[in-house]
Amino acid sequence: MKLVKSIIFLVCFSSSFVFADTTDLYPFSNPQQQQVFAELMQELRCLVCQNQNLADSNAALASDLRREVYARLQQGSSKQQIIKFLTDRYGEFVLFKPRVQVKTLVLWYGPFVMLMFAFIVVILVMRRGRKNI
Amino acid sequence: MSWLKTSVPLVLFIGLSVVLWQGLSLDPREIPSPMINKSVPEFDLPGLGETGLKKQDLKGQVSLLNVFASWCAACRYDHVVLQQITEQDHISIFGLNYKDSPADARLWLQKLGNPYKKIGVDIEGRVAIDFGVYGTPQTFVIDKKGRIRYKRVGIMELSLWKEKVLPLVRKLQNETS
Repeated sequence: MKLVKSIIFLVCFSSSFVFADTTDLYPFSNPQQQQVFAELMQELRCLVCQNQNLADSNAALASDLRREVYARLQQGSSKQQIIKFLTDRYGEFVLFKPRVQVKTLVLWYGPFVMLMFAFIVVILVMRRGRKNI
Repeated sequence: MSWLKTSVPLVLFIGLSVVLWQGLSLDPREIPSPMINKSVPEFDLPGLGETGLKKQDLKGQVSLLNVFASWCAACRYDHVVLQQITEQDHISIFGLNYKDSPADARLWLQKLGNPYKKIGVDIEGRVAIDFGVYGTPQTFVIDKKGRIRYKRVGIMELSLWKEKVLPLVRKLQNETS
């Protein structure tokens, strides 16, 4: 019984999938474009409601950018081209996942470096501790 | 030598604290523009009256491009400073009327005064996207060659104008190339 309860408990917390269906507002005849559009809606940040992506945000700017991305995809732009279009104007912050570049290296790898350092310190302290016994 | 081993973690902690403390004072709303030193985008917008605003208008003098709307409360504060800038510092200010109704914008300017040399009406906000605009008020400093040299996100406070932006404008006015 405990096992069943635990499973139900876990299932409740894992049911956080968001099925945002924008196929009615932004129809695509090409399924690849549809896919790219869905990806971009998740990966692009709304600059007004900054913790939301373009799929979720109700801000006017988000709706404008959705329209812009849609129009560009229809015209045949690639995902990379659309990302470049937006980062040229709004900077890296418009992407939820900052790209790995020189200026974002500290952001991406800083925590791991610090963790490694802390780990080394812990080992050194432990070894020193054992020597004193 | 053991004092070195004990002080290294402390130094690192202090270093990290300084970095994070500075991070606390950064405003995520003030996104730095990647368009600094780049040319103003091509655009040609209708105006509220007869003349509109196009890219060509932004060349030949150092000017400000101010993004405003009648529905924007903060723009009223911005407006007071802009009036002062035109009247006292004699710098050309161009307006980008962002996602607004032209009728409302006309009324707003009639009530509060019109500091703009020319105004471009961007009803859809499409031109604003090309400028990397994401709200109002936002103000660009544009040099003689039509390049963006500075962007202010939010109200152009008088103190900011006097201490930082006006000196920049004067410097740009003296630029020869």
